[in-house]
Amino acid sequence: MKSRYDNEMELEFLSRSNNEAFARITVAAFCAQLDPTIEELADIKTAVSEAVTNCIVHGYEDTEGKVKIKATLLNDEVEIEITDSGKGIEDVELARKPLYTTKASLERSGMGFTIMESFMDKVEIHSVVGIGTKVIMKKKIKKQENIEENMEENALIN
Amino acid sequence: MNSKFDEENHILYLEIAEEIDHHTTEKIRRRMDYEITRFMPRKIVFDFSNVSFMDSAGIGLLIGRYKLVKLLGGTAELINANKSILKVLEMSGILKIIPIKQAV
Repeated sequence: MKSRYDNEMELEFLSRSNNEAFARITVAAFCAQLDPTIEELADIKTAVSEAVTNCIVHGYEDTEGKVKIKATLLNDEVEIEITDSGKGIEDVELARKPLYTTKASLERSGMGFTIMESFMDKVEIHSVVGIGTKVIMKKKIKKQENIEENMEENALIN
Repeated sequence: MNSKFDEENHILYLEIAEEIDHHTTEKIRRRMDYEITRFMPRKIVFDFSNVSFMDSAGIGLLIGRYKLVKLLGGTAELINANKSILKVLEMSGILKIIPIKQAV
């Protein structure tokens, strides 16, 4: 069966904090196919890191489970779906609010969803208490035109 | 993380040398709090020269250390953050309490 996407990948790993770096680096490496700028790649890395950390810290809390990531590329857009089967979010609108955190004692800043929303073009949150949470993030990668010209200019400056 | 204490000016430099996320903050936090309570500095300087990545866990880490040093009568400052880290810092509003000095 042919995928309706230009490319897709899936990743599944245990909700351990040492997988946070693995997750964001892997997703960034996959997205590199769209030829993003360093800044766009950093945005994706940060957003993925926030979403995966939420699964680990809030979704599974003191338990362990699986975090799933599905990333798809279509034209110039990347879509990243990050899912846990943890405890779910009771009030999604409240959780989205900047500085809102249920874990202030752990020095969590409450900036996670705010960062995802400002670093990606679109963020959807679907959550059912007791079942889990799915975050879907989309970002368009801007075409880098005149890249050769820019390189020539840079070469002249340097 | 490395640290350097300027005895003359009572400034503690905290040089972080890894990516800052939820996983790494615990270790960095313990190390920083040890150094801060040991030297009781008038100012702490977070040096980001060797930090390639930071997410919102870093904001929590910085605010926590700021509170500690403020309790001891000191201030905090941040240097050498790269562009993407700067974006996270700016968004959080933390630069109002921990000013950034780029040219060091």
